[in-house]
Amino acid sequence: MKRIEEKLFQNRYRVDTGHAHIEIMNADICAVECEDKACTFCCPAGCYAEDPGGRVTLITDGCLECGTCRIICNEHLNVQWEYPRGGYGILFKFG
Amino acid sequence: MTEHFDAIVVGAGPAGNTAAYTMAKAGLKVLQIERGEYSGSKNVQGAILYADALEKVIPDFREDAPLERHIIEQRMWILDDTSYLGGTYRSADFSNPPYNRYTIIRSQFDRWFSQKVRDAGALVICETTVLDLHMDGTRVVGVRTDREGGSVYADIVILADGVNSLLAKKAGFHGELKPRDVALAVKEIHFLPEQTIEERFNIKGTEGVVIEMAGKITKGMVGTGFLYTNKESVTIGVGCLLSDFKKSGVSPYTLLEEMKAHSAIQPLLAGGEMKEYTAHLIPEGGYNAIPQIYGDGWLIAGDAGMFVNAVHREGSNLAMTTGQVAAETVITLKTEGKPLTAKNLAVYRKALDESFVMKDMKKYKNIPHILDNNRQFFVAYPNLVSQAAHTMLTVDGIDKKAKERAIRKNFASRRSVFGLLSDAFKLWRAFE
Repeated sequence: MKRIEEKLFQNRYRVDTGHAHIEIMNADICAVECEDKACTFCCPAGCYAEDPGGRVTLITDGCLECGTCRIICNEHLNVQWEYPRGGYGILFKFG
Repeated sequence: MTEHFDAIVVGAGPAGNTAAYTMAKAGLKVLQIERGEYSGSKNVQGAILYADALEKVIPDFREDAPLERHIIEQRMWILDDTSYLGGTYRSADFSNPPYNRYTIIRSQFDRWFSQKVRDAGALVICETTVLDLHMDGTRVVGVRTDREGGSVYADIVILADGVNSLLAKKAGFHGELKPRDVALAVKEIHFLPEQTIEERFNIKGTEGVVIEMAGKITKGMVGTGFLYTNKESVTIGVGCLLSDFKKSGVSPYTLLEEMKAHSAIQPLLAGGEMKEYTAHLIPEGGYNAIPQIYGDGWLIAGDAGMFVNAVHREGSNLAMTTGQVAAETVITLKTEGKPLTAKNLAVYRKALDESFVMKDMKKYKNIPHILDNNRQFFVAYPNLVSQAAHTMLTVDGIDKKAKERAIRKNFASRRSVFGLLSDAFKLWRAFE
């Protein structure tokens, strides 16, 4: 089975270094209050991961800009979600 | 950018392009703002184009639009773990022009549409993200972009910014989407030689095939899979309700990988080269989830307004039609010299109510709820029909009457006679 990294490798991105367009607002909420951490398996680009300490880390470079993480965090509302700056982010070749 | 426009359109998908094109063609001063590097570079769809909605805006689109294949065959598959039971409708009449629907590649199609918008006289600005709306009291008067000095003003702002609809949300026009009102779909495009596609799918020239799939591939989640043929590629994808993904613990790319490995699907993709992996949310809340779509100085069109008919897999056509009706509403009010107030813009909702858009949305308003509450349609039934077919098709010395009894017993034990009748009734009520 293909890993998500191999899939994303086929995509075209213009990464806005230093300007993450999505942020976890309060890392403690993920670590302490969120049991299922749905973002770590629902994100279709695998941008979210849980570290051994139970904290959720986010790397937005492979983001497909779908909105999933923001909507599934409906109990804790802990995802600050914006579109990338104009021209940045995923650039679909076919779409 | 301190100029004043008649209208600003946010977004360059089917809704935004149709709205901008229609207003520019009528002579309005239109600004369209798109965050991608070109119109189409942020847009994702299966993708099927229904000719009718586009024809009403650009009647001669077939002359130069980038179209992949016209669909002559539709297959519906109900998949179990190692089998599928299906139906096919194929007609040579679908090859009589003008063709009714096509597969398209959105980045190319949207780019073509955007050129039409420019040709009609609209100013199209790309690589610009709209951050929020400028308000004067309750009235929208313009937008603030991420460009330096990037505020720009207009009599009306048409929000065609897609399913996430961030701008209307920030302005408080509606709330956040609920996980059960959106489906998450993931998709890949696999390139294959044209000849291979023609042989594999029994087609020639620009003929194409669509396969819609349901059953075990979604692991009990409410959702469907699809495979579409393009000229030199096939797209394969699967989508399920976000609330189900959240509950299931299944990651969308694993679901797609497992679906691709199904014994009925794998041979159709064999030898192909995967060149892009995409994901997109589809607003599937239906009629009851449609938000407020007009107000003082603003209108919403397309996915941002929840305009998707999930049952018939229609969305881009509803986007175009709502974009067109939004534009025509603005044109009429401007021509009559009336202000673009919520009161006057209410005719937008009224026009949609009287069109196929709301009539279809209303017809299927209970479907999302019914499917959400009746998982047997996605697990038990695919398994039961597959077993029934297997029993009847296996020649093993057991008489057919006994086989029928066994099948009936199997259905009744899994779903009870009352359950079967009630399912039939629910579906009949929902689709009637």
